[in-house]
Amino acid sequence: MDRGSLLEEMYRVVYEGEVHRAAAVAERALEAGLDPLECLDLGFMKALQQVGVEFGTGEKFLPELVAAAEAVQRALQVLEPRLAALRSRRQALGRVVLGTVEGDIHEIGKRIVGSLLGAAGFEVVDLGVDVPAGTFLERARELQADILGLSALLTTTMERQREVIARVRQAGLPVRVMVGGAPVTASWAEEIGADGYAEDATAAVELARRLVGVERCG
Amino acid sequence: MADRLPPRRPVRRLRPGLSLEILSPDAVRAVHQAALEVMARTGVRFPSARALAILADAGCRVDFERQIACIPPDVAMKAISCAPRRFVLGARDPADNLELDGEHCYLSTDGCGIEVYELAGGERRRSTRDDVYRSALVADYLDAIAFYWGPTVSAQDTPAATRPLHELEAAFLGTSKHVQPETIISAPIARYCVEMALAEVGSLEELRRRPIFSVMQCALDPLGQDGGSLEAALVAAEHGIPTGFMPMPMSCATAPATLAGNLVVTTVDALAPLVLVQLAYPGAPVFFAAAPTVMDLRTGGYTGGSPEDYLLGGAFNQICRFYGLPLSMGAMATGAKLPDWQAALDNTLSTLMPVLTGTAMLTGAGMLNGSKIFSYQQLIMDAEIYSVVAKVAEGIRVDAETLATEVIHEVGVGGNYLSHPHTLRWLREIWRPTVVDRSPYDAWEKAGRRGAYEAATDLAAKILAEHRPREVDPGVRREWKRILAAAARELEGTP
Repeated sequence: MDRGSLLEEMYRVVYEGEVHRAAAVAERALEAGLDPLECLDLGFMKALQQVGVEFGTGEKFLPELVAAAEAVQRALQVLEPRLAALRSRRQALGRVVLGTVEGDIHEIGKRIVGSLLGAAGFEVVDLGVDVPAGTFLERARELQADILGLSALLTTTMERQREVIARVRQAGLPVRVMVGGAPVTASWAEEIGADGYAEDATAAVELARRLVGVERCG
Repeated sequence: MADRLPPRRPVRRLRPGLSLEILSPDAVRAVHQAALEVMARTGVRFPSARALAILADAGCRVDFERQIACIPPDVAMKAISCAPRRFVLGARDPADNLELDGEHCYLSTDGCGIEVYELAGGERRRSTRDDVYRSALVADYLDAIAFYWGPTVSAQDTPAATRPLHELEAAFLGTSKHVQPETIISAPIARYCVEMALAEVGSLEELRRRPIFSVMQCALDPLGQDGGSLEAALVAAEHGIPTGFMPMPMSCATAPATLAGNLVVTTVDALAPLVLVQLAYPGAPVFFAAAPTVMDLRTGGYTGGSPEDYLLGGAFNQICRFYGLPLSMGAMATGAKLPDWQAALDNTLSTLMPVLTGTAMLTGAGMLNGSKIFSYQQLIMDAEIYSVVAKVAEGIRVDAETLATEVIHEVGVGGNYLSHPHTLRWLREIWRPTVVDRSPYDAWEKAGRRGAYEAATDLAAKILAEHRPREVDPGVRREWKRILAAAARELEGTP
């Protein structure tokens, strides 16, 4: 396959959300000697941006956006070692550490936010569910996170968001904290001293961009 | 309005005469078979050592590491056959007891929100324990509301560790109707709740006969349960407290995009915990509950009202009837932020479909913004929607008396029926509005262009000011205080 059709193929797997084929397509591109950065810019990421544009205009829907983002993640797993070897590290917008707070095992909302943040160019580390405050603290410190994302679905567990934020502040960690989840409101976020709150996944991406100082762009 | 509040009427016990079938009998069997296959092959996560041990003993293949049990069809079917086909949801006032008999339908409030619209002025604020009490008080008065579900809102001014107990107490104080919380999600909390109910009814035997509360446990779709909830359900079952299992899979997110696939996940996530409870306590009263829905394709959020919900709700009712189990269907819960056109559209259709497909319980009235904000006006207007739906569902009685050929003959050609004894005998069967506005235009204008919302505001204010629920005995209140203090010591670590 020539360079043109390979790039087309990369574009297609992301645009169509063919998650399970993305890694194989990335491998094929590398075998054919394509530059990994080029694969991203002209293939995978280009398609993701297009899906994002079409999501904005209402032609694509959230599951399609998540599938496209996951396809890019799979491709990145193949491309990133090669990028590192070439010392051409991808410039991430920032590093986000995400998790659902202790006592709460709800996953799906946080997963969607993670996918979209990844798609938007953030590096995302998902700590999973039922994460104790101490773990958030340790991992945020260790990973030098720019943003810490705390999810909670229950009115009884959202109290834990307050605890994590208090400990982050006490430790003086230079990390911005965003909170989300069904019972969470803007006034709650303000009360517990969070740096931001978003009601859905796309708003969370906007918020994260604001928190790292990237203004909205096309 | 200077008029006095009319007296509280008995709970409305709706017995629908109309029925609607969404699925053919073959389709119902196909969903059932698919659910059995998924339970046996893929399995279900039960994150509770006690639950896994019970399932393993009964012959389920259990992966203790992953906390997943595969339930063979024969184990599932035997367990289902142990579940009682009819039982009572008891009430503090036995006159408010509800018979779940496969024929009647009862509406409850909705929950569990986090905010309240102030009755006067409409300001939105965080919910407190007093809101639980006050919403229960209004529910106690309204005849359309047969039991109090939720709590409508979370008592966020009480300690998180014992909050469900404060909420249960506030609900009991506010209404003598049955209370069905969805917040009893650990074994210790369940035990304290049993203790509280026991203090009120007097003996364990009486509690079995008249369980004044029941519990509703949410599943972790797809194919998962919550450990604390399972253990709370086992405590409930041990004491004859009815337990419902409530999946709410969202197509595209926690269930397949296709509605049939959603029904399979819904069925598995309702059946699996029910099987567990029947294995542990055969014959314990259990019911299904469900609020299957589809994801909002733009935001990923809960839709709270879409045509798919109406189909799913109706179809799942048929599946429950196939199993002979009562269903509590999540209805209303509009996504609208205000009691507006959208709220009326969503709540009317989401009530009509389950009622016509034979649901036993319907949760619930009074919430906006996808069950997040409680509104007194919405509660009253939802009760009115239900009363319209109930009237429709009752259908038309046809017999000699109602055909009234003798009367027609008597009145004759061109006469009128206004004062005929037959009219006087039957006129009270005709639906009458409580808040729906039917006033002549001029009267409406003179009265300040007031619609249903304003009428509901007035009624709620009057209920809150004048209605008092059946009192709880002071001795029982002291006992509840003691129980709450003991729970605080154990669960909050207070001295």
